[in-house]
Amino acid sequence: MSKEPVRNAIRDAMAEEMRNDPDVFLIGEEVGEYEGAYKVSQGLIAEFGDKRIIDTPITEAGFTGLAVGASIAGLKPIVEFMTWNFAFQAIDQIINSAAKTHYMSGGLVNIPIVFRGPNGSALQVGAQHSHDLSSLFINIPGLKVVSPYDSTDAKGLMKSSIRDPNPVIFLENELLYNEVFEVPDIDYTIPLGTASIKRSGTDITITSFSRGVRAAMEAAELLYKKNISAEVIDLRTLRPLDTETIINSVKKTNRIVSVEEGWMSSGVGAEIISSITSSAFDYLDAPPERIAALDIPLPYASNLEKLCIPDKENIYNLCMTLF
Amino acid sequence: MKQDNDFSYLIDLLGGGRRLAKNLSSFTNLTLNEKTVYSWKQQGIPDKWKPAIIKLLIKSGNDVPELFFPPGMNIYNFNSSLSESNVLLSKYKDFKRDKITNENIKSFHKNMLFLRRFEEKVGQLYGLGLIGGFCHLYIGQEAVSVGIEAAIEKDDNVITGYRCHAHLLSRGASPYKILCELMGKDEGISKGKGGSMHMFAPENNFWGGHGIVGAQVPLGTGLAFASKYKNKSSLSVTYFGDGAANQGQVYESYNMASLWNLPVIFCIENNQYGMGTSIKRASAGTDLSKHGESFGIPGYAINGMNPISVYLGALKAVKWVRDGNGPIILEMKTYRYRGHSMSDPAKYRTREEVQKMREEQDPIEFIKKELLDNSIYDDEKIQNIDNKIRAEINDLADKAKNAVLSKEDNLYKDVLFYGEDN
Repeated sequence: MSKEPVRNAIRDAMAEEMRNDPDVFLIGEEVGEYEGAYKVSQGLIAEFGDKRIIDTPITEAGFTGLAVGASIAGLKPIVEFMTWNFAFQAIDQIINSAAKTHYMSGGLVNIPIVFRGPNGSALQVGAQHSHDLSSLFINIPGLKVVSPYDSTDAKGLMKSSIRDPNPVIFLENELLYNEVFEVPDIDYTIPLGTASIKRSGTDITITSFSRGVRAAMEAAELLYKKNISAEVIDLRTLRPLDTETIINSVKKTNRIVSVEEGWMSSGVGAEIISSITSSAFDYLDAPPERIAALDIPLPYASNLEKLCIPDKENIYNLCMTLF
Repeated sequence: MKQDNDFSYLIDLLGGGRRLAKNLSSFTNLTLNEKTVYSWKQQGIPDKWKPAIIKLLIKSGNDVPELFFPPGMNIYNFNSSLSESNVLLSKYKDFKRDKITNENIKSFHKNMLFLRRFEEKVGQLYGLGLIGGFCHLYIGQEAVSVGIEAAIEKDDNVITGYRCHAHLLSRGASPYKILCELMGKDEGISKGKGGSMHMFAPENNFWGGHGIVGAQVPLGTGLAFASKYKNKSSLSVTYFGDGAANQGQVYESYNMASLWNLPVIFCIENNQYGMGTSIKRASAGTDLSKHGESFGIPGYAINGMNPISVYLGALKAVKWVRDGNGPIILEMKTYRYRGHSMSDPAKYRTREEVQKMREEQDPIEFIKKELLDNSIYDDEKIQNIDNKIRAEINDLADKAKNAVLSKEDNLYKDVLFYGEDN
């Protein structure tokens, strides 16, 4: 094991896959000479050159469509959005061109492509730079949606995403890039569609993904001090969702709280709770609950912003209402 | 003896005093008479007029003598990538009519007639309620698809919007499978899951069939990107209409294609109406082949009602792209006789306008006349070919009508791809 920040884990995954497969390339704004707006592609242009690490103009719809076209022709692009907020400019190409073409062609054409970049809120960047797109993408058949928390998962899931023959939405988090976690020194991948139990427990299940996992783990620690044993599930992949792992956990704990940093309405939590009520209703000892960002555009002021995103206290308080 | 700073010869080079006066006047909107220009032969060309003369020299493919530049100006003020590419294009010869063989004329006739009769059949089937949804016919525009196809190779890539039946057929896709698809049958090219607007034929290097106006343009640019990435010689023909030509991502594609020198022919099928909005009401600049100018992409307009013009014009564009010069824009001035789709109130143009185009510009009538005038076919032979094509399409349509509907076990298939082995 070695210790790596999430940023390097993602970079290493891309580099390893690019070494293995000449059809894989990285395209996006400032990915090459600038080495990434968040330095995720640091060192890649030196190793792979500007033919495979491609700086684009600021032209999200254009370069996203171009990458999907290249994928139709057999290449395996990794498309970096400087942040996922900018992908709104390209959403038609992601949904209408990338996600639907395999089906519309009756299986004749497939689109191996990864769309990646930092997602959700960071620190005081305002509403237009803080959008969490998770729930939007999990609504779309034809896409896989991945959102890792730690370095091990980020690397293993990125490698699987690049190898996957379908369009994969890879949602990173700016505030996790610097977080250091252990990474195995072996060559490994993590299959898409599998959740991970980050902490075993018997009294309540807390699900989350991306940065929300940290708050969930901290809340579990607070609950432990009150003699409540929480099981924390890192969803890792949001579509397809590993409902089996969640249901099995609820069958054991009989309570569930879903945590996400996006908005509540029609969110990831709504999907999870719906699955639980239809598949494990009889096991529930308390109403399934969810916590999410406040239902407003994210404000700039740090005190206001802090109120919007679920933290360990909010999660702990909500969990306590279920006992 | 001529001095280094005697540039009087440039006046002759640009066609003499009279022509130059006329060109400069129209170029600058200032009035200039012939005598004044001739007087420059003795007195020297005034600095004021030099920039315009330099532009004319560049435009006509002539070198600009270094000392001709007025103080404070140099070649870089003029030598945009546009002028470079225009100069270069001007050195490409037009392919001439003598390139056309009798075989070309025969195949243009047969292929266009097939497209016409096919689409007429599709219109009938739609009328009978056997085809549903949106359905956009190609009738009137046949010369474009047939002429382009004749100029490209099988391993070149083609992509278009939703008016796609003809392009599929031109590429060599099965007309039976297309008819099946239109009627939602199991044997449809997309198993009945795509419909009129979403059909693909990878083995013919045809990549859709896309329903969102203009979205196929970056995709087609990406096909060209892949050819270049893999060091292949294939190019991409990216079709779109005059309606799509105002979409932002078209210009984003122009920019990237030029920036990265991608092998793509942007082929604008200007049928003069984006749905019900005439090009004059939709485009601030209606000279669509010139819309790439600020990106350094040259282009020219072609009579898209004439398969010979399309073919010859496309040959030049293909040569341009294969020589590694990057993208080019072809604007096909064409016309559709039918509505935008099957539900079209046709209030935006007169019956007379359509009738006039049919009578005076029809590509199939044009090629028939070529066949007769050159004694390639007689009337009887032409009628026989038509009868044969009609019979073939009728048979295919009857067979397709009787084919089974898309099976319900197709429903959940092909949402995700599970690899070749699955």
